[in-house]
Amino acid sequence: MSKWIIQGLRTGVKSTRYPRRPEEAAGVTPGLPAAESRWPSPSGAEGAALSCPVGALETSGTRLTADPRRCIHCLRCASGPNPVPWEGGYEWARRTGPADSPLFDRGFDHSLHIRVVDAGACDACLSEIKQLNKPYYNMHRLGLFLTPTPRHADVLLVAGPMTQAMRMPLLKAYEAMPTPRRVMAVGTCALTGCLFGPSFASAGGVGSVLPVDVEVPGCPPPPLAILHGLLLLSSRVKKSDEARETLGEAAP
Amino acid sequence: MMTPAQKAPSALSLDAEAAARWGGALRVSPLPPDGLLLTCDPALLPDLCAWLAGERHYRFATLVTEEREEGWRLRTLFWGREPLWVHVLVEMPLQLTSLPSISDAVHAADWHERETEDLFGLTFTGHPRLGDFILHEEWPEGVNPMRWSFNARVPYIAREVDPQWRPVRIVQAPGAFAMPVGPIFSDTAQASHFLLETVGEDVARTIPRLFYKYRGVEKLAEGEEPAKVLLTAERFSGTSAIAHAWAFCQAVERIAGVDIPPRAQLLRALLAEFERFRHHLAALSDIIHSTGMTVASSQADILEEEALRLAGAWAGHRYLYGQVVLGGVARDWTNEEVEVLAGGVERLAGGLGRLSRRLRFSGSFLDRLEQVGLVSERQARHFGLVGPVARASGVPEDSRVDLPYGPYGSPLKTDIAVEEEGDGYARLRVLVAEALATARLIREGAERLPGGPVRVEVPLCSGEALGWCEAPRGVAFHWVRLDEGGRVARYRLTTPSFTNWHGFHLAAERFAFQDFPIIMATFGLSTAEGDR
Repeated sequence: MSKWIIQGLRTGVKSTRYPRRPEEAAGVTPGLPAAESRWPSPSGAEGAALSCPVGALETSGTRLTADPRRCIHCLRCASGPNPVPWEGGYEWARRTGPADSPLFDRGFDHSLHIRVVDAGACDACLSEIKQLNKPYYNMHRLGLFLTPTPRHADVLLVAGPMTQAMRMPLLKAYEAMPTPRRVMAVGTCALTGCLFGPSFASAGGVGSVLPVDVEVPGCPPPPLAILHGLLLLSSRVKKSDEARETLGEAAP
Repeated sequence: MMTPAQKAPSALSLDAEAAARWGGALRVSPLPPDGLLLTCDPALLPDLCAWLAGERHYRFATLVTEEREEGWRLRTLFWGREPLWVHVLVEMPLQLTSLPSISDAVHAADWHERETEDLFGLTFTGHPRLGDFILHEEWPEGVNPMRWSFNARVPYIAREVDPQWRPVRIVQAPGAFAMPVGPIFSDTAQASHFLLETVGEDVARTIPRLFYKYRGVEKLAEGEEPAKVLLTAERFSGTSAIAHAWAFCQAVERIAGVDIPPRAQLLRALLAEFERFRHHLAALSDIIHSTGMTVASSQADILEEEALRLAGAWAGHRYLYGQVVLGGVARDWTNEEVEVLAGGVERLAGGLGRLSRRLRFSGSFLDRLEQVGLVSERQARHFGLVGPVARASGVPEDSRVDLPYGPYGSPLKTDIAVEEEGDGYARLRVLVAEALATARLIREGAERLPGGPVRVEVPLCSGEALGWCEAPRGVAFHWVRLDEGGRVARYRLTTPSFTNWHGFHLAAERFAFQDFPIIMATFGLSTAEGDR
């Protein structure tokens, strides 16, 4: 047994410093197409928009805008003859509920319990959620915990395009939660249904079944983006940061 | 039992023996380059398949059902030796909706027939357990989503009833009780439900109830362009994206008759092996985590996240989405960049080797795995299990060796990691051995990387073909038919998780409750991949 203790101590601390400092290691995020880019001609912008198979790119004149809620990181727009610029970053979570619905206040600062529900996710989103509980992201240090039962949960974290068979279990889990409760949708499938819906088998997003408070785009969203969503949900993202992001400036 | 490679059951060639046995009742025609097409009446199907699987030792691959204007076409695919592929084709008019079941002779076809019955409304006479399977009880009877007349893009109104699901039979004994697990359980478990029946400590029967995550991938593909379907093939099972994207591309490229440049083939293999490496690290982490070894699972977690970061930095996506495209790969890497990947994987493999050596001498860890979750070789062959699960039960089969594709066979040579015991520890050893082998393969591939283009144009035309790939969890078969406009008319997706879930209960029965999560972890199956 002692060899494991020694091995553990020898490994040292691997955890990211985020949110105190931005994480700058390579490979922590796939990035997204730039929210807005200018093109020399309207036809150039249209050509770039056509390279997107899921319609995440839209044009108005020479302006090209990217909708992160639809982007599935297929990298098609980044590899064409006229590549769309991509940006790194991972602070992608956004509030979606009505502006007057309050987020969790400081009472939940160091004890937020999360129940994960798989509503048809492809496993990559779940894998990234799992990473949060692992040494590199270690969300325990921020007072965030996964719980096996919805009765102890403050947050319902839902991934996947909302398959028909998971609709009833999800509603039951939501009913079982104590109030105040919040719902966070993780991943493009959970936001818009992406490639899988709406269809006969899935509702095309969690929003059609439950009121969603925070959305995290990405296919899958990197662990830091999910972490950002959880911090946003518990009002731990600084107001100044949030305001700057909504203005479309680069996130720190 | 013998493997296809060992067998020499008859001096006659397959087509000669088939013709001698059934004569005019069977049409035998070659299926270039290395297959045979046997067309017969539905009545002959059970005998023919029993002969293929029982006497000629052919392995069941998949059942492709198609509703065409001219009638039903059911194609049962087998693979073996000389010829490599045997397709058994049955055609019958659309008015007929029943045909004899083959699952008595070929047990691996069991779930395929249940699926066809549920989604197409075809009945297999003699099958003991047809009925609600993919579509749960709340789905109305008589509505079959895979039929042409069903519109997939219209949301289907779900009935507001709580499904009252019961297994067909239940253990009747003093003190017997049934414990339901799922569909929402554990911390981050995928949605699936298990009914564990017990008369005390041990699980007497395990009844999995899957397909909570059925997204209708096969149906949604119909009428779409192959380039769009590729995105779905890549994303329906995120942890084996490269494997499924590659298998789908293979099928479309075979229809188009294009040759993929050697550099692209080898780059695809590097990506697939890297994916296998990362998947096996994650599977190892899950196994250790299930036994409660915190420090050891953290060590595996660190390696897994480092592999994810390597993928993110190297290819731009942590799960390698968007790399495999029709006709090759999306981008080229310089030899120096490929060297970065090979070096990175080797470094992580070093860490994995050290971790596995420590685990081998941790008694408390081995106690939880050894002689737990046993699957015998006979069972594994009977259920047609694939991948690391089958190889840990002494079935030396790997499609990279048995059905070589892309650069496998030449220039990339792999060997098959096999263990005999069929318990949790054997499965762990196979995973570790395969992960270490991928590091060697990536190094070998990096050194032999030829020059040349990495992508060619794929002209789309009508036709049908099979693509396959050894995904991290086992072999995946993708059958694609394109219509005259080059759009997907039928996409049949057979995944290793679907194949292995069929035999999961074998391992989970006769063991204590607390072994269940460990057995689940050593099987390492994905419901996203199985439910589709």
